[in-house]
Amino acid sequence: MAVMQEKAIEESLETDIPKARKPLSRAGLVWARLKKMPRFWIGITIVVAVILWAFVGPLLYPWSITDRDPLNMGMGPTMLHWFGTNSIGQDIYAQTLAGLQKSLIIGLVAGPTATVIAALVGSTAGYVGGWVDRIIQWVILLLLVIPAFFLFILLSPLIKGLSWVVLMFYIALFSWMIMAQVVRSQTRSLRNRDFVRAARYMGEPTHTILTRHIIPNMASLLIIDATLGVVSAIMAETSLSYFGFGIQKPDVSLGTLLSDGTAAAVTRPWLFVFPAFVLIILLFAISLVGDALRDAIDPTSGMNRD
Amino acid sequence: MTVYIIRRFLNYAVLSLIATCMAYILASIALDPAARFYGMNPRPPQSSIDASLDAMGVNPDVPILVRLWHWLTNLFTQFSLGTTVGGSQVTAEIAARSGASLRLLLIGSIIGAILGVLLGVWGAVRQYRTSDQIVTYASYIVFATPTFVIGVLLMILATQFNNLVGSQVITFTGEYTAGITGNWWVLAWDRAVHLFLPTLALVLIGAASFSRYQRSVMLDVLGADYIRTARSKGLPRTKALIRHGVRLALIPMSTFFAYSFGTLIAGSAMLEIVFSWRGMGQFQIEAIQKNDINAVAGAALFVAVLYLIASTLSEVLYAALDPRVRS
Repeated sequence: MAVMQEKAIEESLETDIPKARKPLSRAGLVWARLKKMPRFWIGITIVVAVILWAFVGPLLYPWSITDRDPLNMGMGPTMLHWFGTNSIGQDIYAQTLAGLQKSLIIGLVAGPTATVIAALVGSTAGYVGGWVDRIIQWVILLLLVIPAFFLFILLSPLIKGLSWVVLMFYIALFSWMIMAQVVRSQTRSLRNRDFVRAARYMGEPTHTILTRHIIPNMASLLIIDATLGVVSAIMAETSLSYFGFGIQKPDVSLGTLLSDGTAAAVTRPWLFVFPAFVLIILLFAISLVGDALRDAIDPTSGMNRD
Repeated sequence: MTVYIIRRFLNYAVLSLIATCMAYILASIALDPAARFYGMNPRPPQSSIDASLDAMGVNPDVPILVRLWHWLTNLFTQFSLGTTVGGSQVTAEIAARSGASLRLLLIGSIIGAILGVLLGVWGAVRQYRTSDQIVTYASYIVFATPTFVIGVLLMILATQFNNLVGSQVITFTGEYTAGITGNWWVLAWDRAVHLFLPTLALVLIGAASFSRYQRSVMLDVLGADYIRTARSKGLPRTKALIRHGVRLALIPMSTFFAYSFGTLIAGSAMLEIVFSWRGMGQFQIEAIQKNDINAVAGAALFVAVLYLIASTLSEVLYAALDPRVRS
């Protein structure tokens, strides 16, 4: 009896104390919030689908960008040419996918690169302070007075004739200013916190403090900026290429394609409308993801707050 | 308050001047003014190339800072910005073209800002309702569309509309119908019709960004205690929202307006080219294509002056709305 009673008590004790759940890490918390946002799922599904489409689609399609179909010049969308053809019989679907590839690569590299520059410049200005800070702030202000688009086209003769890889970093080089200001002000509030002081008194060099202690503390901010940076980089690329300052023939991007389609846009809308809609859907989906990320990381911001 | 505004004005003036100088230097580095002579056949002798480059003040053999100094002294003593590669005065070109650009930019950004503020307030008051969601997603779609795409898509839609109606209701190429004659009213109406589509495009861009910002500021204000106080002392909801809510929410908006003015300038320049207007945007882009340093610098000065005016205006607005800066 005594043995049985003891066992019963043990059992009741065990059932009374619920198992403590593992504390949610910050990344886990953000993920848990993200999972519940339909916006995130819609956006990420479209982005992944478009990336797959851009790189797998051409393999499943009979026409390539150099092919010409002399029997179907200037045709609207048909079963043979899904997005129609231009006046010399080139297939618009094939061209759209090729342009999409280039614009995607440029956006995915230039956006995050601009974020890296912003993080390095902004945190250096905020942490080192003094005349370094003052010079960097002046440079940022000057770069902001003249709209970025004018700077792009003003300096574009320097990169004319160079490969599109250069264009990618060129875009990144003029897209970091606003974020750098945000990073700078965040750094100024972080630099006197105890963990940064401790690192400084232990004699860690400045660059280690910046890369180990300051920048990781702004990771969430930087992730959001890198995501939305992809949108602005793709926009910069298409706008530059559209006005003839970006991607040059024979390379194809969505910008050059839209530029080619504009002349006949009114009489043969498919030359413009299909690439334009692909571009809009892609950018819309990326900004949905970026916006959902912002709300998940900082619930007090954005459209989902109360 | 006057002292405050004058101080801010001087600050912006110095900034604009330095930015213009930087644009001059960048243009001198990036552009090759002799390039157009090398394309000529037969190629002119080197001495005559040098002579015409010297006459324009853009000879690359003269150090950049010396050229910049000449450019600045000409600007401040003779109000001259030098000549374009076509031989005309840059100031004359700016005078002829800026009217069209300013018309588009001013009307577009003012309507865009007002519409954006109204939509933002409305969205904040009706948070999460269907109307709010529609405005939110519509503005996201406008954000995701490059300016020139908005312009061309509007052109396609207008053509469809014209075909549907059966007459040329919306005309959109150029700023006016070439060779049109008639009295003042006919001319003014013709310009207004041509203005419609580019302005609509600029309004869409402006309203999208202003409404997002205004909505988020307004949501902050709506949750504040003084709105509850105003309501509890018996003020009707609309009155409390306008007197205590919108007025406060407009304060950060005035700063945002100056900040986003650059985007609007760039946007209207792109729209000018899309709609084949002979405005400042087209002037700037042609100047870069023609390696015309004086014209580029003149256009940069124009943008910097606009920036100066917009920033000062936003400071005036800020001071008028916020009593704390007045003292």
